[in-house]
Amino acid sequence: MSIVVKNLTKHFGNFTALNDVSLEAPSGSLLALLGPSGSGKTTLLRIIAGLEGADRGLVLYQDEDVTHQSPKDRQVGFVFQHYALFRHMSVYENIAFGMRVRRKPQAEVDARVRELLHLVRLEGLGQRYPSQLSGGQRQRVALARALAVQPRILLLDEPFGALDAKVRQELRQWLRQLHDEIHLTTVFVTHDQEEAFEVADRVVVMRAGHIEQSGTPQEVFDHPATPFVMDFLGNVNVFHGRVENGMAMLGALNVAYPEYPHAESRQATAYVRPHELDIEHTPIGTSSLEVRVTQINPAGSVAKVRVFSEEFGLALNVDLNLERYAQLRIKTGDRVFVAPRNVRVFMPEAPDYVI
Amino acid sequence: MPTEIEQVTMHGVPSHLPPVVSVSKTHGRAAQQDPAWLRYSLIGTAMAIIGLLIIVPVVSVFYQAFAAGPGVYWKNLTGDSDTRHSIYLTFLVVPVSVAANVVFGVAAAWAITRFRFPGRTLLTTLIDLPFAISPVVAGLMFLLLFGMQGYFGPWLREHHIKIAFALPALILVTTFVTLPFVARELIPVMEAIGSDEEIAAISLGANGWQMFWRVTVPNIKWGLLYGVILCNARAMGEFGAVYVVSGHIAGQTDTMPLRVEKLFQEYNNPGSFAVASLLTSLALVTLFIKIVLERKTQQELKEAAEPQAST
Repeated sequence: MSIVVKNLTKHFGNFTALNDVSLEAPSGSLLALLGPSGSGKTTLLRIIAGLEGADRGLVLYQDEDVTHQSPKDRQVGFVFQHYALFRHMSVYENIAFGMRVRRKPQAEVDARVRELLHLVRLEGLGQRYPSQLSGGQRQRVALARALAVQPRILLLDEPFGALDAKVRQELRQWLRQLHDEIHLTTVFVTHDQEEAFEVADRVVVMRAGHIEQSGTPQEVFDHPATPFVMDFLGNVNVFHGRVENGMAMLGALNVAYPEYPHAESRQATAYVRPHELDIEHTPIGTSSLEVRVTQINPAGSVAKVRVFSEEFGLALNVDLNLERYAQLRIKTGDRVFVAPRNVRVFMPEAPDYVI
Repeated sequence: MPTEIEQVTMHGVPSHLPPVVSVSKTHGRAAQQDPAWLRYSLIGTAMAIIGLLIIVPVVSVFYQAFAAGPGVYWKNLTGDSDTRHSIYLTFLVVPVSVAANVVFGVAAAWAITRFRFPGRTLLTTLIDLPFAISPVVAGLMFLLLFGMQGYFGPWLREHHIKIAFALPALILVTTFVTLPFVARELIPVMEAIGSDEEIAAISLGANGWQMFWRVTVPNIKWGLLYGVILCNARAMGEFGAVYVVSGHIAGQTDTMPLRVEKLFQEYNNPGSFAVASLLTSLALVTLFIKIVLERKTQQELKEAAEPQAST
């Protein structure tokens, strides 16, 4: 069951939560809505679920227009950030709730609850109450409860946001496995890019009520469409400079930029990820920058080196793999040269340029 | 009786969430380090005042009522048809008023905690108005509306509808003076619990009624019962407002508190104290239920205040 959203707009008073948003989640896919808080991702999810109405636009499940259907008719499974388990009901009754309100026979309810308890690996905890469970267990109950009504799609709002790092990691992998088993079209909201990239087939990056970029995790990570996406997807070094004649001039750094072959000089911003910077003891023509090493943290899978360019007042983060770090034998205070392996240049709101 | 009611009122209105942590033991110890004479004189003063102002009067009510033995007591309570009617009337007016307040209280608390609308703060304030207005004034206000000379008086008389000096007026004013109890009890509880579970119920396919009865009511039941108990206590003891609108007609519009006063005025002390002792017993029962429920509501608030935090 695919989900299609067309031109959704939603206002809360003067605040525009969603501004003409369109997207598609193919049948059986696992899609992440990624964005900072206030970007409209949760509102979008709630409109897809029918918990919130849109001012304008359409929501389709497969080819069925569900824009004006109640959550009940839409048959969605929704998992809330803070679980929202029924505190006065046992785990069993929590999971059974959706079937109880649909007046399913007890035998069917019983069989389904058992099946789901097994699926979320909580056998034997049916008689416990939510307050007697750990955070991770509660979230799995919430998921089982959402799945109990045989939903056509599954929607999760920051499902792991309230859990500690280790449990979050486990549940992420488990959610991915579960998805591969049951192939339910799933949309989940997160502000954690790592989570989105690890779990999802497709990532939709949102900002201020519109979609900034969507694509596979690989596409989005390797080819961020905008400075915002670049910045949001993790640690990044920013250089301000100009572009002209196929070159980007970023302070002392000159790098080739064939996308802009024109003679007229224009302002540009360049982004380089820490792992895309290398350190040398000697300058490499005009494509390296002299800096001083201010801090080294070799603990972890990469050595995190912090350098500072006095000339441009610019602090940069460099991630070296441990092999390279061992080979360089740098220490704090050393004068070295950084050179980017890969640079992404963005020109602010470039009007169409006529050659 | 009024003194006790005031205390109930003050206590029964948690204006905000309870602090998450209870008073720790170290605080208690600091107080115990005060010199012994200070401790004992403070405890002694408190005990003496409680004894003088509460224990002695309450005991004396029962003593006076039973002075001539249980047989006479029973006769005083049941022998007089006007007294019997006053008991019947109180047991009729109070449940109706309480029921009306449950409906109003739940609706008001729901509106205030679940919706954002213009005038929300004003509504919250207006709910408390009956606490601020003297019951006598409340009674007068209703007479002004429904009495013979009142705004609706002529119309009501034309259509042979009797409100003032009759049962409807008693129920109306009793409902008015007890209006805030249930709502004020529920607002903090519902605020603390939030609407997450209700939205979850909707997302699982429940309709409004199913959500209300299966999710909301179980979550607020102790707070609701507590409100009902307070409301009930106040309704039973209400004197001023009822006095004004009832016309004080023995055997027709006299409720128990009015009957106590009338018997006393007629120098029928044994009869007066018999009815008073019945009212007091009801108050004591209420107080006991209140204590039990108070613990339950505190628990409800506490659980809501620690919303299923991750462990």
